[in-house]
Amino acid sequence: MLLIHCPYCGEDRPELEFRHAGEAHIARPENMADMSDEDFERFFFIRSNPKGIVYERWRHIHGCARFFNAARDTVSDRFLTTYKAGEPKPDLGGEGA
Amino acid sequence: MADAIARASALEGRFLNDEGITLVRAEPATRLSLRAPKTAVKSLSKALGLDLPQRPKTSTAKDGRAALWLGPDEWLVIDENEADLVGACASVSAFHSAVDVSHRNTAILVSGPRAEAVLNAGCPQDLSLDAFPVGACSRTVFGKTEIILWRTEKDAFRVECWRSFSDYVFMLLKAAARDR
Repeated sequence: MLLIHCPYCGEDRPELEFRHAGEAHIARPENMADMSDEDFERFFFIRSNPKGIVYERWRHIHGCARFFNAARDTVSDRFLTTYKAGEPKPDLGGEGA
Repeated sequence: MADAIARASALEGRFLNDEGITLVRAEPATRLSLRAPKTAVKSLSKALGLDLPQRPKTSTAKDGRAALWLGPDEWLVIDENEADLVGACASVSAFHSAVDVSHRNTAILVSGPRAEAVLNAGCPQDLSLDAFPVGACSRTVFGKTEIILWRTEKDAFRVECWRSFSDYVFMLLKAAARDR
């Protein structure tokens, strides 16, 4: 079982307590009513889905219930780091894409 | 037709006492789901008569009343003397949310030298004394259900679960206790 570090609980917890919540750092547009259908589609449906490092939202739903962000490698399924919601993308040094 | 419907509480009659493990239904208690920002913690602590814990996985308890840290702004308050917890918070003017969940939850007391192993049959957390000391508490999973686990003594845990899940939780604990 994977252990995921919850930045709010401050410790590694079993993955069963967590739930994936989509790609992170997607800003909700402020002018949604004025957007073209293509722009809205891009915001709402289109995700990057890369092979390698992804930035994702996760929720410690069966723990502190907080949303946070994580950098994960989709090839190895390894969590590189986790950080609180609202914090900027961390510098992953050589490992980051 | 029956004149009255007998009211049976969840887990009524359920009990297990096996080698190194005892499962008992906890006595009814009042419970409060408390959400509050940092600014309200002080006045709520005063109103409830015990300090709301601020660090993850910690609890405070006094005279049958306990506050369990669930999240950065969330606590479960349990009063075994069935005191009016909502009433106690009503005088606090600071912004908060206090919801009575006394009848949503029920609890099973798991005790004995094998308690840790029995709980680990369904709970993936590290329950060794180093990682989960006396007084530690956490919302977590047990099998397919969500529970709130609280270590009250070295060999004793309180398992809070939703009452509709309580049969499942008890049966799974019982099955785990058989396995040695």
